[in-house]
Amino acid sequence: MGGDPAPRTLARKKNAMAETTKAKPARARKARTPARRTTDAATLVAYYRQMLLIRRFEERAARAYTEAKIGGYCHLNLGEEATVVGLMSALRPTDYLFTNYREHGYALSKGIEPRRVMAELYGRSTGVSKGWGGSMHMFDAEARLLGGYGIVGGQLPLATGAALAVSYKGGDDVVMCHMGEGTAAIGAFHESLNMAALWNLPVVFVIINNGLGMGTTVENSAAEPELWRRGSAYRMESARVDGNDVVAVHEAAKLAVERARKESKPYLLEATSLRLKGHSVVDPARYRSKEEKEALKAADPLARMALELEEAGVLNLEDHEKLDAEVTAEVEDAAAFADQSPHPDVSTLFDYTYATPVEGELRRLPADPVFQA
Amino acid sequence: MATTSYRQALRETLRAEMLRDENVFLLGEEIGVFEGSYKITEGLLKEFGPRRVRDTPIAEEGFVGAAIGAAMLGLRPVVEIMTINFSLLALDQIVNHAAKIYGMFGGQASVPMVIRTPGGGGQQLGATHSQNVELFYSFIPGLKVLAPSTPAEASAMLKAAIRDDDPVLFLENLALYNTKGELPADIPDIEPAVIGRAAVTRPGTDITIVAYSRMAHVATEVAETLAAEGISAEVVDLRSLRPLDRQTVVDSVRRTGCAVVAEDDWLTYGIGAEIAASIQEGAFDWLDAPVRRVAMAEVPLPYSKPLELAALPSADSLITAVRETLRARGRRLQETVR
Repeated sequence: MGGDPAPRTLARKKNAMAETTKAKPARARKARTPARRTTDAATLVAYYRQMLLIRRFEERAARAYTEAKIGGYCHLNLGEEATVVGLMSALRPTDYLFTNYREHGYALSKGIEPRRVMAELYGRSTGVSKGWGGSMHMFDAEARLLGGYGIVGGQLPLATGAALAVSYKGGDDVVMCHMGEGTAAIGAFHESLNMAALWNLPVVFVIINNGLGMGTTVENSAAEPELWRRGSAYRMESARVDGNDVVAVHEAAKLAVERARKESKPYLLEATSLRLKGHSVVDPARYRSKEEKEALKAADPLARMALELEEAGVLNLEDHEKLDAEVTAEVEDAAAFADQSPHPDVSTLFDYTYATPVEGELRRLPADPVFQA
Repeated sequence: MATTSYRQALRETLRAEMLRDENVFLLGEEIGVFEGSYKITEGLLKEFGPRRVRDTPIAEEGFVGAAIGAAMLGLRPVVEIMTINFSLLALDQIVNHAAKIYGMFGGQASVPMVIRTPGGGGQQLGATHSQNVELFYSFIPGLKVLAPSTPAEASAMLKAAIRDDDPVLFLENLALYNTKGELPADIPDIEPAVIGRAAVTRPGTDITIVAYSRMAHVATEVAETLAAEGISAEVVDLRSLRPLDRQTVVDSVRRTGCAVVAEDDWLTYGIGAEIAASIQEGAFDWLDAPVRRVAMAEVPLPYSKPLELAALPSADSLITAVRETLRARGRRLQETVR
């Protein structure tokens, strides 16, 4: 249980990085695009810090889950940090985000305080959805996170409609909509992309391809496993990016978002990503071989970035320790806050069934009669 | 007082609401250029243009979900689903999303959306095009389900639905589109209905008939027939299936002592089952006979006319159930006297 600790020694990371480079030369090449060199040091450190925050947050969440502080399902962004930060840094604060159930990192990176995200996991009234949503259903109107959705693909038509509303009102905000690669198999994927392209809607669909549904590989679920190619069926611009490279993801997302904003056109972006652990906290991932697990560790995007920052002279071991201490403290504070926060009062049980109150709504608990004597 | 058809009342109300509020827009299959499969949206594309009257691809899950997303950002979409049968393709968006978003996110976003859709059999449309599955939606907290039976109610309730901040399934009926009725005012001046109120549409003393949509008309027809024989039947038109006005039903049964529910859907687990359960809970001491249900035969509706007619509830089947209920009550009263 718990994610891999971010490497404490850069030497170990260096070895890991060497393996990655050998195994995936294409990725390594991509990582040294001109964009990388033009991204300033402060921005790179900010990205790294955010990735580290997500890593520590998710590890803390996994621990809280084993301590039964967190209930239900709990899907972590471990291994997905570069994708999360790359995507989120490409949005303006007023842009809208629809995402799926693997969403803690996205909530954090959309600008929501770790305290409110952790409190939602703990089911407390101080949580981002007031304890009504849990891990899979975070929402914050102010941050314009318009939901994590637990039904696979349910968010695609919604995001399309949100983009329709933006377009209807004549605004220039963009809607970003995430999904896992398994989601590309559902009917709503086709229906949504078709409508978005037909109606020129400012929505960026992002497939986060970590190669696995729960245990089903993308090759076993998609007749065209290069999912970004499906954009062509809708005459939609599309691209694939190395989701383990935060700068590459940022640049690709920026292009997609600005195209959506300026030209009011949808875009399909695929980010190849990693899931370091099981599908959810309780999944030991037995379907992965020992070699696969080792390779995953080696490809860890956080380790890769730490190494690159060190090589570039941007972040030394001491800086790293300091950053790590900071984000760890932030995460511990969030967990303490969550733990001390009140549960929602049972008297609020009927507060959110209807926005417009109705006559005759049954507000009864299981043993109550329909008609009061 | 003006008389108009159910269809015309819907069309004029949509138009009035679109003129009143820029955020109201229509979307659905074939509602624009084709002017609607049942011509409810006739002329509206010409008047309002494609931004306000949007033809969609054949993608119920997609466009219902898109309407939900647009509603989350403050628009007031009115979706037409060609018939309620096709709403099943959008079940995930209606049940798992429209109905859940307000509660699941702690009241941060509401879904002010209306889905208009006709149900109803009797048109020889066969098994997949003749269903009455409004029950599916009436079952779900977070949804509101309205089923007006007259042009005046259709107008008042459609206005209420559009102005309501929750997702509303607005049930129409193929057999009602051409029916006519009086309006209390010009359509733009009709007051929105209060959602969730049933109505005693015909007072009576001997028996309560509970119905909605097309069957409310059948119930009224039956009450008139029975009146000629000296039987006084009270008709309760539910008008709203969720929220359900149980009190009006129970109050009526407390006056009459017995009830028959008339519904166009199947009997097992149907609307009538909920009504009968509510009656026994709220009027047990007043009941002089078991509550009877008149409902569709439990088969996929056949195409053949004689088979279809045999399966569908009718005035004759309702009269039979009413007479048998009254006889059962008579026997019971006699036994009590003895």
